[in-house]
Amino acid sequence: MQALHPLKEYEPVIGSQVIEELHLLAEKTKGWTIQNINSTSVGGGVAEILNRMIPLLQELGVNARWDVIKGGEKFYRVTKKFHNALHGKEEEIGQEDFDVFLETGEMNKKMMELSNGEVCFIHDPQPITLVDQRESSAKKWIWRCHIDVSNPNPRVWNFLKKYIDRYNAAVFSAPSFSQPLSIRQFLIAPSIDPLSDKNKELSSDFIQSVLQKYQLDPEKPMVTQVSRFDYLKDPLGVIEAFEKVYRYIDCQLVLAGGEATDDPESTEVLAKTRERAAQNPDIHILAIPSGSDLEINALQRASAVVVQKSLKEGFGLTVTEALWKGKPVVASGVGGITLQITHKYSGLLCHSVDGAAHAIKQLLQNSDYAKKLGENGREHVRQNFLLTRHLKDYLLLFLSLFHEGDIIRF
Amino acid sequence: MNTPQTFQFFTHLQLPELTGLKARNLTELFEHVKTVSGSVIYYHTHHFLQQHQYLSPEPPNDFAYWVTEALNEIELGERLTSINTCEFSSIRALREKIAETIESFLAKSKRSLRESDEGREFHFIKACSFVFPTPYVVSSLAEFVEVLKKVTIHSIYFHMFEARLRLEKGTNDFSLWFETSLKEKELAKKIERLDPYTHTMEGLRGKMIQLIERRLKR
Repeated sequence: MQALHPLKEYEPVIGSQVIEELHLLAEKTKGWTIQNINSTSVGGGVAEILNRMIPLLQELGVNARWDVIKGGEKFYRVTKKFHNALHGKEEEIGQEDFDVFLETGEMNKKMMELSNGEVCFIHDPQPITLVDQRESSAKKWIWRCHIDVSNPNPRVWNFLKKYIDRYNAAVFSAPSFSQPLSIRQFLIAPSIDPLSDKNKELSSDFIQSVLQKYQLDPEKPMVTQVSRFDYLKDPLGVIEAFEKVYRYIDCQLVLAGGEATDDPESTEVLAKTRERAAQNPDIHILAIPSGSDLEINALQRASAVVVQKSLKEGFGLTVTEALWKGKPVVASGVGGITLQITHKYSGLLCHSVDGAAHAIKQLLQNSDYAKKLGENGREHVRQNFLLTRHLKDYLLLFLSLFHEGDIIRF
Repeated sequence: MNTPQTFQFFTHLQLPELTGLKARNLTELFEHVKTVSGSVIYYHTHHFLQQHQYLSPEPPNDFAYWVTEALNEIELGERLTSINTCEFSSIRALREKIAETIESFLAKSKRSLRESDEGREFHFIKACSFVFPTPYVVSSLAEFVEVLKKVTIHSIYFHMFEARLRLEKGTNDFSLWFETSLKEKELAKKIERLDPYTHTMEGLRGKMIQLIERRLKR
């Protein structure tokens, strides 16, 4: 896999010393084989991070691999139900759902070529049963949970826990996701790539052309939420909050999102959101195909306020993206969002439709305050949520599995 | 390795490890503070130094921040905030002070304990530290200051904080080398007297460079 941007290109963003330190660290993992396995190669935050991370690990001398399990429509319907249930949403889950999950797991166990290198790195629940093969494969197994499991449905969690306890370590994105487990648990926040199409600087001409393409008014303040069309992202709640603001301020709302191949529910949510928005010409629902990163970037940059009113959130990379662009953000105080936004310092947190509406109004009417929040947010992301920090954490995670104690000296 | 004349810069990287322990009120916080490993106390009193380098002043420890923000116990929050980490030469002593502060508040408090809202519990995290030698080895003050200008803040952090408190060397590595190898007693004292907890890491670097360059000009 070719690196889109070699490490050296990150120097102007994070400084040469940080790159130097990464090379120093990577000397200890040189030649190690790390096999990453997840359920989709496109769409969603996990695939996006792996696409960036694998080439950089390879540049640092790690033999990083990435494989994707196979599954049919039935399997993805079940894993979507699991996903919602782990987030605490009510779901009807029957024995047949567990059977479908296990059958696909069996098929993947037979088809997946597992390496016998240092680490097998499993992402999210879909490929979790592969750990059954651990005796004949990698030395250490890690389960990386990208989901908010602070209040999981006990039936689904207990089913998965039998597998999780057989890993060497689990990784969560926020402290509140931690669960009683017999294995070590690490805290690693995800990250964004500042050089990717989704986050790099754009010319104002390009931004204007995107606004034109989607028939958005460049003169009207834009409130934007970028996310998949998913109930947990509460698009209907965003519209409700916007309408409370719209009564007093002439502005427009953009709900923009792509579709992920492992998310069959999104078509239904998109239709309901369109129906709800139909009466207001200043509400724009944009179903943007996966991969239109430059357009998403332009929409975020053109926004006066970025919103992320999720009911549950693993980490909320769209929040990270907006903060990196120096945008004032209004977001729900859930999951990993609270690691990114310190209320009234690097953004505004909300817990209800009314709270969101109030915060949006406050930011639209106080541009100096909004600017200051945006600046603080950008610095916080620079120091804690860029890809290079994530890369460092993964290397430390691999090393930690092969060393005892709280202080490891080299 | 350091010989008496040379100083090798090390760097320190940290991975947070979740303990699965949490507290919803002061009694639970107190019980865990007394029994968790020293690496947990260290994490909650030091991680902000590396994570929020642009902020100054910062909440000096997570316990104070949580007690104030999640429990709205302003008075105890203030007492925990004012614990001067600089005064302690071991994590053990720091833990005792934190526990004693919470305990005496609990003993005097007449009203019922406040509970944090769901989702705002205190989660205990442990610092898993990795210490690496860097290629930078110096043998004079002039060489030292040039390297000090280019090492990462993680390296400065290791020699100023980790060495003194977690490795219980009694002072920071820089002062120790200035005094024992370079016989620069006065400079060693000046660096030791800096309260590193009230500076950002970049601010601390700048201050040390200034002190050393002033000494070199004399």
